[in-house]
Order: sequence, then structure tokens, then C-alpha cells
Amino acid sequence: MYQYDSYDQTMVDARVEEFRDQARRRLEGKLTEDQFKPLRLMNGLYLQLHAYMLRVAIPYGTLNARQMEALADIAEKYDRGYGHFTTRQNIQYNWIKLEDAADILADLSRVEMHAIQTSGNCIRNISSDHFAGAAADEVADPRPYAELMRQWSSFHPEFSYLPRKFKIAVIASEKDRAAMRLHDIGIRIVKRDGEVGAQFYAGGGMGRTPMIAPLIRDFVPLDQLITYAEAALRVYNRYGRRDNKYKARIKILVHELGAAEYTRQVEEEFAHLLSVGVEPPREELARIAEYFADPAFTDGPKTIDRSDPDFALWVDRNTHRHKHDAYVSAVISLKPAGGIPGDATAAQMRVVARLARDYSFDELRVMHTQNLLLPHVRIADLHAVWGALDAAGMGAPNMDTIEDIIACPGLDYCSLANARSIPLAQRISERFAANGRTGELGELKLKISGCINACGHHHAGHIGILGVDKKGKENFQLSLGGSEAEDVSLAKITGPGFDEDGVIAAVEKVTDVYLASRTDGERFLDTYRRIGMEPFKEALYG
Amino acid sequence: MGNARDLGTSPDEVQFRFRDDEPADHATVTVDACCDQTNATAVRIEPGDDARVLLPFLGRLALVEVNFPTFGDGRGYSAARILREAGYAGELRAVGAVLIDQLSHMRRCGFDSFAPDKRLDADDAARAFATWDNVYQSAADAMQSGRRTIAEKRHEA
Repeated sequence: MYQYDSYDQTMVDARVEEFRDQARRRLEGKLTEDQFKPLRLMNGLYLQLHAYMLRVAIPYGTLNARQMEALADIAEKYDRGYGHFTTRQNIQYNWIKLEDAADILADLSRVEMHAIQTSGNCIRNISSDHFAGAAADEVADPRPYAELMRQWSSFHPEFSYLPRKFKIAVIASEKDRAAMRLHDIGIRIVKRDGEVGAQFYAGGGMGRTPMIAPLIRDFVPLDQLITYAEAALRVYNRYGRRDNKYKARIKILVHELGAAEYTRQVEEEFAHLLSVGVEPPREELARIAEYFADPAFTDGPKTIDRSDPDFALWVDRNTHRHKHDAYVSAVISLKPAGGIPGDATAAQMRVVARLARDYSFDELRVMHTQNLLLPHVRIADLHAVWGALDAAGMGAPNMDTIEDIIACPGLDYCSLANARSIPLAQRISERFAANGRTGELGELKLKISGCINACGHHHAGHIGILGVDKKGKENFQLSLGGSEAEDVSLAKITGPGFDEDGVIAAVEKVTDVYLASRTDGERFLDTYRRIGMEPFKEALYG
Repeated sequence: MGNARDLGTSPDEVQFRFRDDEPADHATVTVDACCDQTNATAVRIEPGDDARVLLPFLGRLALVEVNFPTFGDGRGYSAARILREAGYAGELRAVGAVLIDQLSHMRRCGFDSFAPDKRLDADDAARAFATWDNVYQSAADAMQSGRRTIAEKRHEA
């Protein structure tokens, strides 16, 4: 994985000092809270309901054992002994003191980490396919391109006061495991006639106005990648709406202009910027790519001993095909039945770090599903890995099942939320773990947001739940048919909402409809697409 | 049309300047007026203005002011770079809500003169201008002073 050189380290250290100075000026009254707010946000520091929250960047979700141990140390030293992994492959600490923030950033910088641009109206931490560098179906490892873009977007002088936040995802396979088309810019690395380049999608997003990004360019040569991104951002910075923060994301600009007109403007700016020359030298991408060279894979057994059914089930559900046939990628579930999706204790983080060191070439990933991943595990080592995970409460065999719920922090933490999402996720996963239907239901992605900002990705859930405030009471709207994958679609609301007990019963009812209606091999989503909303509505409201 | 002088900042209001020439002290007009008047030499860009309409007139302009009515409106950063990319070599003055923590980015986008609404602490400003020893992106400073990016330095022979 990527390692800082002295330039990268100096940049992060300079940022820590800059933030320390900003915090000092805030305390001395030289900065108003209004002036300080965007500065602390650009360093990942939010004011939540009960305390400050610090969001630490994990670029494209990749980290090593030492970094995971540093995250565990921070959880114990400055928080309450745990952290929360997020849908953008970051980690959040929910109980931070403002006066500790600069020290935490300094601790992070010692392990080549930071909280830069994890918030604020700037280019956010860049996300990627969690199986990058391991998946059998990728045309290239997308992470060198993501790293090139990380450096380009860090402290960008022109794009630090955009109309609104800006999220970029980079993938490199037909399969989309990063919700690429639900990003402000989604990039897919492709190969055309033997040449590698980038497809650009722009104007996707969730939030209160969900939109799927249209394709704006089918092939950007690799030595023009940064120039094209700069053109796309400049058009947005100049013409994105600033009169209403709810209409300020690039999706609204692309929608109002139309994809063709937005694309035309980007192409014009792109032609201009090519003449200016803003692209990094070509050798830079090659330099970065060297850090992502394959580890030394060795041949070994390709099958497991299936005599222990619990182990076999975990392997079937939680491992993913690797490009080397003696390896798999192993999902570490942070979704125990009844648990808080994405939370991990410091002790669990240390277990994960040790497993990465012993069994995965010192590499870990954070998944956008709020789980962790050992990307390169020898099939021969799977039993040992599973045993250690199971002992630490991270062995639930539930990847992509109804228990693998994405949920935002909701009203338990967030000052924007209208409803609690965590307790609902806990009750639903408990319910299905108890009734034994999880396996029968197969792939079923359930996503819960506690308000219309949609941090829990409910628009993209096969089943989505949105918490709203109805006359002072929590109310939950159910929606069906969303997908964040290559078959991307936005979920549709079933009808009137439910209270907490009611929505849990409603989830059970829609799964009953699926089980009664499915044909062989159909997922919940496939059945919904085939039979439509009516049978589900009938069961819910009929 | 009212007194054109009311639009612009005077040289006394300029707190930081990175130019050797005499500060321009001209009647500053709006972008629209600048396009209509053949003799205007100073213009003021508001966030909603398209800086590119000025490109035919850059030869006669000695001062371009870019107004930041609020510090969070970043359109002026693009306006500045567009002018520098087109070869504008005159004074480029950031005016309005110009604060300490925006100085280094503004400088990189090509501003060489700063007239903040409220005068800034000189020590804090000096520290802010010096925030970055090195930079990741190629911006106006690459064009104006040949500043090389980190990536370029990494691959020097």
C-alpha cells in the first residue's frame, strides 16, 4: 500500500500545525464560531448532539495493522474505547473534546493518517472498491488513481470553498462495489483497445434529492485524468448553486443544465486546461502504482475442510473470490445480531490488526457496508482467521444478508436526525437472526437513514427505511427496489409510514411476499423488479 | 451612473501586496461597464460575474478586484485563476471577506494584493502566507513564478 515520502509527511504535519494555530485563534477570540466552523470541518471535526465528533480519513479504505492499532489507541485515549466505521470507508469517534483534537491529529500523522477534508464544502476523502487489488474481475487496481486524486484534491487552492461537499469514488470493474454512480463524480477505470483510461460519471448522489450520475465521458486518457477532474470541478465551482444549500450539490447543476450541456462546458474547460498544463508528470502515476504491486502470493490449497458447518457457512457467506486461486478476501462482520452497525471496540481493532499482520500481508480495508476486510487470506489460513474473529465477536456469517444492515448514527448521536436508526437496526438483525430466515432470504441489502440526508443510503437499499418526524413522533417510511451496485436504481416508497414496531413487521411482510413469489435464483431485488410494487403494497396495506 | 470611485478599494485599504509597481489607483467599474467603456483600466468582479468576458480587455486593465462578499463563496478563486491562465499580469486584488485562513489559497490562485474588510493580524497573516512549503497542484503560482509541484520535484532528473 501507499507510503508517505517526506513531502506527504510534511504536508500532513503542516496541516496539524495550521489547525493548532486555528484552534488557538478561536480560543483567543480572533475567529468567530462562524469563521472557525468551516476550518474545523475541513479537519473532520463536527459538533454533534452530545460532543464533538472527529472523522478520520482512511483513503480508499486501505490501511495497515499499525494504523489500525493507532485507531484503537485513539479510541481508548480520547474516546470511550470504540470507534464507528462509516459508509465512506472512514472512522468516526463520537465523544471527542475540542481541546484534544490537535493532539489526535498529531497522533494520526505519526502513522501517516489525517482527518483532512473528511468534512466541509471541499473534495472529500476518495472512496474505492473494498476488494481493490484483490478482486478477480478488476481491469487494474483502482487505488493508484485514487491516490493520485487524493494528492491533487488535498488543500486544493481553487476548490476549498465549493458550493457544497464533493465526493469521488474510483472503481475498476464492471461490478460496482462502491456505489460509484451515487457520487458527485464516479470514475471507472476501463480498458479500450488495450489502453487504460477513465470513464467519468457526474452528478449522482443520495440526500434529499437522490440522483444517478449520467456518463459524461466514456474515456479520459490516463495522462489527462487530473486535468479532466479539474475541468469538471471548475464548472461546478463557478456555476453550482449557492443560493440554497439544499440545491447546491453538483447533481442539481447537472440536472438543471442537463447532462449534455454540463458535459459541453466541461469539455470546453478541459480543452483550455490542457493548454495550461495542470497534469502531474506521467511518472508520478507509475511511482504511486509501485506501492500497490501485488504481494508475494504463493500457491496452496484451493478448498476448505467443510466438516465444521459453522466454519463452512462463514466461508460461503463472508469470503470473496480472489485473483489468486489459493486466496480469498475475508469479510470481518461488524454486524453481530443486535449490535450497532459499524462499531468496533479498541480490543476488536487490535485483533483485526493482528490478523492482518499474520494472514493478510499487513493489509486491511474498510468496506462501505461498515464492515472490515482482510483482502488477501490464504484459503489454508481461513479456519484460523475465522476462529479468531468468532472469538472476538466479529464472525457473524452475514455479508450482504438482511442482518448486514447499513445504518447512519441517527438520533442517538446526530444533530440533524429525526429518528433513531441504530435501535431499529439492532431489533431487525435480532429478529431475523432469531427466526432463522437470514439464509433463506439470501442477498438482501437493508439500509436505514435517520433523516432525509440519507447517510444510511436508504435510497439504495433493496429495502430502505427512512426515519422522519411526524408530529413529534418517530415515523418510518419503507421503500423497495434500490441498488447501489452496477444495476443501480433508486428505491420507491411503499406508502404511509409506520412506527418502530410497525416497520419491523412491515419488513417481515415484504420478505414473506418475496419468499412466496420468487422463482429459482431470484434475489429479493430481482423479484421486486419482476412483480412490481403492488403485491408488496397489498400485503402491507391491503 | 453614480460615482465610479465608490466601487473600488483605495490603495490605503490594501494590507498586503506582492508587487513592485505602484498600486493602481483607478476608477473601478463593474464588469458590464468595463465591457462597454473602452478606457476603463480597473474593474471589480462580483461572484456571479463571468471572468472570461474580460479576456478581450486584459491588455488595458491595470487592476482587477475580486470581491468576496462572504468567505465561503469560492467562485472568486476560479475567477482569479482564469485571469492568470489568460495571461493577465496586472494587479489582482482580493477584497471583502478576506480572512487569515483563505490567504494561502488566494495567493496560489494568483491574487497578489489583499484588501480585507477588517485588517488582519500581521503575524497571523505572515504565518498563513507561509503555510505550505510545497504544493500538490499546479495553480497560478506555477505560471507566475514557476513554482514546481511536489510531483514535479519527485521526478526531477
